[in-house]
Amino acid sequence: MLSADVPKIRVRGLRKAFGDKVVLDSIDLDVAEGTSMVVIGGSGSGKSVLLKCILGLMKPDAGSIEIDGLNLADIDSAEREAARGAIGMLFQNGALFDSLTVWENVAFGLMATGRVSRADARAQAAAVLAQVGLAASVGDLSPAELSGGMQKRVGLARAIASQPQILFFDEPTTGLDPIMGAVIDGLIVDCVKRLGSTAIAITHDMASAARIGDRAAMLFGGRLVWQGAADQLLDSGNPMVDQFTHGRRDGPIQMELRK
Amino acid sequence: MNAVIDLPGALGRLVLVFLGAIGNTVLFGLNGLSHLVRPPFYGRLFWRSFIDFAYFSLPVVAMTAIFSGMVIALQSYTGFARYGATSAVANIVLISVVRELAPVLAGLMVAGRVGAAMAAELGTMRVTDQIDALRTLSTDPMKYLIAPRLLAGLLALPLLVLVADILGVMGGFIVATAKLGFSAHSYLTNSINFLQWNDVSLSLVKAAVFGLLVSLMGCYHGFHSRGGAQGVGAATTSAVVSASILILAFDYVLTEVFFAR
Repeated sequence: MLSADVPKIRVRGLRKAFGDKVVLDSIDLDVAEGTSMVVIGGSGSGKSVLLKCILGLMKPDAGSIEIDGLNLADIDSAEREAARGAIGMLFQNGALFDSLTVWENVAFGLMATGRVSRADARAQAAAVLAQVGLAASVGDLSPAELSGGMQKRVGLARAIASQPQILFFDEPTTGLDPIMGAVIDGLIVDCVKRLGSTAIAITHDMASAARIGDRAAMLFGGRLVWQGAADQLLDSGNPMVDQFTHGRRDGPIQMELRK
Repeated sequence: MNAVIDLPGALGRLVLVFLGAIGNTVLFGLNGLSHLVRPPFYGRLFWRSFIDFAYFSLPVVAMTAIFSGMVIALQSYTGFARYGATSAVANIVLISVVRELAPVLAGLMVAGRVGAAMAAELGTMRVTDQIDALRTLSTDPMKYLIAPRLLAGLLALPLLVLVADILGVMGGFIVATAKLGFSAHSYLTNSINFLQWNDVSLSLVKAAVFGLLVSLMGCYHGFHSRGGAQGVGAATTSAVVSASILILAFDYVLTEVFFAR
């Protein structure tokens, strides 16, 4: 257990640019242990880049990322891998391995450690699939045989299979109908609470943000322009957040349209 | 005027990009190969790649070898008949097939079949975040995806070329005995007497190098593909074209090193 003043995830001065385009600029973000942070923002605002930097899939140009008070840049590669091994990730499109069956996808992280036999991993995969409302028989299917909602569930099962301390969700409800979106959000909330995990979700689905998040932040122009409680999202008093959450065409956020 | 002044600069940039690409490819290959001696090892993935490379390429390589041997027999017979040297047909077929045609044509065939498939599979994994997903599951993509494929290419093509050597010579034998009037006994005796172990062993060395090149190009271009379906298509094309050119270039280099007197 961390002391109260050390957040589970701390980001300071994070900057990432692609050529001349600065995608993240001086990002400061704290996520307390056991809470869920939702990051909202328009398409191309850098939400996915933020997650990938924290995950180590992209190298930031500047700034620090701390997990449990450890700066990932200051520790050796084994400790860094261990820290990142404690993170589970649900990708936007599921990112299921299409050459493997569903159960092999779910058990992949367990088998990668080399400490779980194939038979045990299969049994654990069936138990995790049950947690996300899928029958054990689904385990023998290939990902291509699943609907979009089922793929999200399998992706969620894979993310939680190794019981990570930190969970990331990249657009968890994108491409789903409202009912299935609510089902996935409910499963995410259940999983996060059951595991006691710290979570970061990125989305531009306001209903999803309200259901998943304890805290919320908005990215715009490479900066976090607002942070607060998730239940204040629809009434934040920030003109950018208000325009975004209410989907207004006019406001401080101007879309760049070519004519 | 500006374009003329800028020409040396543009050429310089082109050379730098070219050298950078070579450096990146070599480092990528060395990184992949280094995982072959560092556990964990993914034997199942190696066998899957090996079977795909060797077993499923066998029909196309076999057909190519047989017809190449048949054509060489016909061409060399009609050419040598002008000088009354038709007795050399068996030797020409043997040396052409074993030293050149079997390794080069088998390499080009698997570049089109296996190299393209590797690039397409890895490229799709890249653009659908599957490679990023591997990293989040404590698995090094170089170890899991690249190393088994490089080893499969290195070991599978020599086996294919050994088969192609035999079938290519058989193709020449069939044409020589069935159409050109050679006696089976004298044709085979000539071939066996002319055959040197050096020819076969160095043909297999060529095959190993070409197999590694096919895998390396397929893996490199697929692994670095970007931009959706169009990017995967471009990666696949680049994998086949670059592997084909490299096979022909390395064929010259290896021939110069091993066979030139």
